[in-house]
Amino acid sequence: MISLTIDPKKIQEARKNASDIVKSLGWLLEDYSSVTIERTVLRLMGIDGADKDGAPIPNIIVEHLREKKAIERGAAYWIANAMAFKDLSAQEIANQVSKGELDLTQIEVQSPKKVFDILDKLTDKMLLHITKQNQFRKEAFKKFGPRKAPSVYVIVATGNIYDDVAQAKAASREGADIIAVIRTTAQSLLDYVPYGATTVGFGGTYATQENFRIMRKGLDEVGEEIGKYISLTNYASGLCMPEIAAMGAIERLDVMLNDAIYGILFRDINMKRTLLDQYFSRMINAFAGIEIQTGEDNYLTTSDAIEKAYTVTASQLINEQFAILSGIKPEKMGLGHAYEINPEIEGSFVYELSHALLTKTLFPDAPVKYMPPTKFASGNIFKTYAMNTLFNFIGGLTNQGVQLLGMMTEAIHTPHLVDRALAIENADYVFKAVKGLNEEISIKKDGFINKRANKVLDEASGFLKKVSEDGLFTAIENGDFADMPRPENGGKGLEGVFKKSSEYLNPFMDKMKAKLGL
Amino acid sequence: MSIKIDETKIRPYGDSLDDGRMQFSFALPAPCNEKGKEAATQVLKQMGLHDIEICYLNDLGEGFTHFVAYASTSVTVDLTKIQVKIVETPVMNMEETDAFIEENIGREISIVGACIESDAHTVGIDAIMNMKGYNHRYGLERYKHIEAINLGAQVPCEELLQKALEVNADAILVSQIVTQKNIHIKNLTKLIELSEAEGVRDKMLFICGGPRINHELAIELGYDAGFGSGSYATDVASFIAFHYADKIKKGE
Repeated sequence: MISLTIDPKKIQEARKNASDIVKSLGWLLEDYSSVTIERTVLRLMGIDGADKDGAPIPNIIVEHLREKKAIERGAAYWIANAMAFKDLSAQEIANQVSKGELDLTQIEVQSPKKVFDILDKLTDKMLLHITKQNQFRKEAFKKFGPRKAPSVYVIVATGNIYDDVAQAKAASREGADIIAVIRTTAQSLLDYVPYGATTVGFGGTYATQENFRIMRKGLDEVGEEIGKYISLTNYASGLCMPEIAAMGAIERLDVMLNDAIYGILFRDINMKRTLLDQYFSRMINAFAGIEIQTGEDNYLTTSDAIEKAYTVTASQLINEQFAILSGIKPEKMGLGHAYEINPEIEGSFVYELSHALLTKTLFPDAPVKYMPPTKFASGNIFKTYAMNTLFNFIGGLTNQGVQLLGMMTEAIHTPHLVDRALAIENADYVFKAVKGLNEEISIKKDGFINKRANKVLDEASGFLKKVSEDGLFTAIENGDFADMPRPENGGKGLEGVFKKSSEYLNPFMDKMKAKLGL
Repeated sequence: MSIKIDETKIRPYGDSLDDGRMQFSFALPAPCNEKGKEAATQVLKQMGLHDIEICYLNDLGEGFTHFVAYASTSVTVDLTKIQVKIVETPVMNMEETDAFIEENIGREISIVGACIESDAHTVGIDAIMNMKGYNHRYGLERYKHIEAINLGAQVPCEELLQKALEVNADAILVSQIVTQKNIHIKNLTKLIELSEAEGVRDKMLFICGGPRINHELAIELGYDAGFGSGSYATDVASFIAFHYADKIKKGE
């Protein structure tokens, strides 16, 4: 059996170091909220739509409350208070506000009981819907059989949701298990979620609730035909993490890109904002039974894959601890790593095997997300195809949870139909070919692979220890992560962070916490 | 005896001179059967190809089929008449460039870089500018005599120009990675048009880079130079250094 020999105490210590880092941030997660968290609450209360200029109604409400200096109490209270007074639905109240016909803060204060009753009802209604979606997914897997491992994960990125559906259906027929709809390049830095079906995007397609619904329907149709439940992925990242998570929960997405610190480092989003947003977004994912995936691959696209291998491990451990804090179970933690090693290096495959095994060893229950070569993919599509074969070999041999298939044209364009089909054929062939091999071979205890994995873990643990002593904010400010120094009070989205008042209410978070046992 | 090649009439080479053999791989919205195969053949025929051999077809689902084919062309190209625009300045390493600047320019070179407009992918600009560079070539930030300012992703053209003017930049570097629907052309054109409207086009070098950019395209779009895949900080720094040394030599 192919496995590493690592002292469990060493693993425990690394985990403890990561846990220390995360635990020191309780003050932030307890006492603060953000504009996107409040917009999420509004969406979960059933408020959707956009005004005639395309501004989403949830944004209009939150801006209204900010202008009136009332957001500190949370958006839920104000809507429920207005609903109690006017006897209208949440959407009707929201529409009136968006037209400038209603000032939520000028409405007579209603009895707490009335307000709480309304909130209770709305919360239960939405949580029941999400629970049913989760149930539907579970039953579909029961009916058609569980997702295979490694799962074949491919992306669609045409910019047009209807083209995306055609390509996703084709990929499903060819053997894909998971379809990810890449977002348009500019979306992560938008502080709102666009509304409606979209047909224009660059390098991807807008994540909107309607687009989620259209793709979900397409995948359910093709799944029913071929007898398989096809999972759908999007990105709960950027400035709208929890809103996207909520939309995904409502429309039954199955997987969400959802990294705790990616946005800070690679999108220059303010650290407080990101940490707050990821906390609630992950809680929604946990409640909805959505599998999260993390973005460790990014550390290696900007740095050397051997020298900085430990940063992947460190980030995995931090992501794990943040996920635990939000109630995500190990089997829903798709921690990431990537085959980004320089192909010119002698023994590159051996290094990779060591790193891939380390991830599997540290997170045996996680559906680890294994990313393909991108940095050294070139216009030589034939070489890139060969690299993808070795990548699939490791994925199959070490039984990774999710194999994010490499495209031979990675360095040229978003995948063509043929590129995707060839990628799936490659993965199918390799997975079939190496089946059973891992039972037949073992790793030498004093050999390179085992020593290398131990070394990477030691480096990661030492790094985490230092970060826990310095504090996460200071470490990020110093550029200890990915050589990207980010100031505590810099970056995008800080103005959207606020301290909660003593009367603050987020009934969804409260009920989810209770149900998740947090 | 070696093969005698007539450079005025060259043609694709399969395994014998002038056989004109080429390889194709494409999809059609056509069925995976004889009818689809004939459709693929006709596509190639209309491209002027002959001896067409559809050697593989595969059903991609949703009514699409993948074809792999070989075919021959009779067209020829006169290699002796071909002229391309390339960056012609020699490439120096970091130490050489720093020494060159010291000797021939005698002041710091200031460079402002960014991914402009919708582009959020900083991998290109980072490879050229960031301290650590890429593939054993340090980035511009590491150069002793270069003041490199990397504004990062999704920078509006207006902001980039403003910053460049503010620091009296010698060169603007623009990276465009995303090229779907030719968005990179639109973005790059916007920057040049804006610089012309503001009357600052000639105040500094405008240089662009990205996987689908080459020098010729850059010149066409009104830039001073363009760098495609496989370019490093050394290429960019050498180009800029030679340009300003030349200017000084000419007394401009």
